[in-house]
Amino acid sequence: MNCWTKKAKNPFHFYTSVTLKELTGKKAKNLRELVEIVKEVPGSVIYYHTHVFLQRQHSFSPDPPNAFANWVSWTLGEYKLGEELSSIDICAFNTIRELREKIINVIENHLFESKEPLRYAPRGREFDFIKAHSFVVPTGFTAHNLKEFGMILEKVTIYSIYFHIFEARLRLEKGFNDFSFWLGTSAGAPEVAKDIAALDPYTFNVEALRRRILDIMRNWCNKGQA
Amino acid sequence: MGIADYESIVGKGIIYELGLISKKLKKKKIQCINSTKLGGGVAEILSRIIPLLNDLGIDATWDVIEADPDYFNVTKAFHNALHGKSEGITKSMFDKFLSTGKDILRSTKIYGDIVFVHDPQPIMLIENKKSANKWIWRCHVDVSKPYMEVWEFLKLFIEQYDISVFSNPSFARQLEIPQFLVTPSIDPFSEKNRELTREEIESVLEKYEIEKGKPIITQVSRFDYLKDPVGVIEAYRLVKKYVDCQLILAGNRAADDPESDTVLAEVMQEKGNDPDIHVLVIEPEKNDFDINGIQRASSVIIQKSIREGFAITVTEALWKAKPVVASAVGGIPQQIRHRHSGLLCHTVGGAALMIRELLNNPEYATRLGKNGKEHIRRNFLSTRHLRDYMLLFLYLYNPDDIIYL
Repeated sequence: MNCWTKKAKNPFHFYTSVTLKELTGKKAKNLRELVEIVKEVPGSVIYYHTHVFLQRQHSFSPDPPNAFANWVSWTLGEYKLGEELSSIDICAFNTIRELREKIINVIENHLFESKEPLRYAPRGREFDFIKAHSFVVPTGFTAHNLKEFGMILEKVTIYSIYFHIFEARLRLEKGFNDFSFWLGTSAGAPEVAKDIAALDPYTFNVEALRRRILDIMRNWCNKGQA
Repeated sequence: MGIADYESIVGKGIIYELGLISKKLKKKKIQCINSTKLGGGVAEILSRIIPLLNDLGIDATWDVIEADPDYFNVTKAFHNALHGKSEGITKSMFDKFLSTGKDILRSTKIYGDIVFVHDPQPIMLIENKKSANKWIWRCHVDVSKPYMEVWEFLKLFIEQYDISVFSNPSFARQLEIPQFLVTPSIDPFSEKNRELTREEIESVLEKYEIEKGKPIITQVSRFDYLKDPVGVIEAYRLVKKYVDCQLILAGNRAADDPESDTVLAEVMQEKGNDPDIHVLVIEPEKNDFDINGIQRASSVIIQKSIREGFAITVTEALWKAKPVVASAVGGIPQQIRHRHSGLLCHTVGGAALMIRELLNNPEYATRLGKNGKEHIRRNFLSTRHLRDYMLLFLYLYNPDDIIYL
């Protein structure tokens, strides 16, 4: 029996998550309105605008998944602030509440320091606040060892990978991604768990992330067998 | 086409997940209601979504209301009012809406666990709501700047529904009930979007006497000032200074728009005797094959609109892997990320420059087209629409932020 086929203590159940978008009816025309609404909306709204791009994007672009940054840069033309917002390291936060505080701080500091008059979005290009409802569904795929885990990881949709890497860690406030937890505590692969946990997932697109995780697993197993 | 046919387009995993979601709706009867089975975008969407729901094992049916032509004249006026036109709305129209609405209430049998009502025509059916069933009002109209008297009148009915659904974030209004976003989609197997053979494409070019081998710039849209067809000709002329090319303006007259003849006359005047400008007056809904062929034969697709709803013509062009230059208005920025999946323009000069860039850099144009197609595959095909509708149905019984099925 090699590292691929060694039975894990507990099986890994793959889930998937799909999002339904609720319109809040709240709109911001300028930075001051944006920050005031960011303060009052539910966490599901902050989550949506900092993660939706991950589900929507694909192979061609690992854009920062931050709709606030995009709007600030490309609609208001506040490129410096846009860059500051897009470079917020989401991995450094374990809760949406902390992430929200950071976004508020960045915008309020900019407003405090800026000597420019407030810029307004053109009519029809206001920032529309949207709330994410996540539907979490068991896929029926279960891995009992690394080999099965890798085979399933190759075939599940990006929504499943998205759920276990991003949603589980931040939205469900587990503080870690599901893959690393299982690999480290059940599958006997703590080095793989550590390497996956150390990835910078927000700079990958989900397809590239899938390939990277599979590479880490294969390299580890090859090393172990050598 | 059955749901399994879409596997070849969106992948096995997506279809498998649709199957997982649909299992949670097996015991629910979904009753969709609108005002017509033929013609118009709503009928087109329902005619492809209902069979797919059924194919997934969901008991979904489709009923239409019956009413006299005068009622539909009133609802047409209301439709225009929701788009912002205030002219011609009278008190008698509201009276007619209410009186016929009562007849519709009597003649329409409600049997669904979930009653899915589309647009204002059947909206009064909500008066038949019982505590056991759930009601959704689906608005396909741009209500971002409605004539308020009509909106406030309809709102009395809308707020009795459990939830409402809109096509664009900018259409959201202040309502007492939750509002959801479900963006439009295209069907990759429809006549307007299916793959065509080289022979089929060439037959369309021959039909409209369009030269093969010379780059083609195309805008598909009705003849409307808001689509800026004259601006498109100006952009073409700026391109033509450097690249020998042709322009196709393919559109319809829009029977309910008295301005379209004036716009068309201006377009013809601007065209003058340039043989490389082809102004094709066709009915896109009735000539899906021709529009498909024209789009596929084009080197660059332009959509230089001043205002837009979602701009489904952009979705169609992107799906055909065409490089697109389009104004950053309405739903277009949702579909195009500048310099990744197309080019966003703001002026005639900017549009012309971008078209030249694309014609002179075919590899770049190919890359944008490929990215654009991928974006549509992930986000704007019927399968995504189907998934959103199933999630809406499930939300009615699980109104939480995180829902474990």
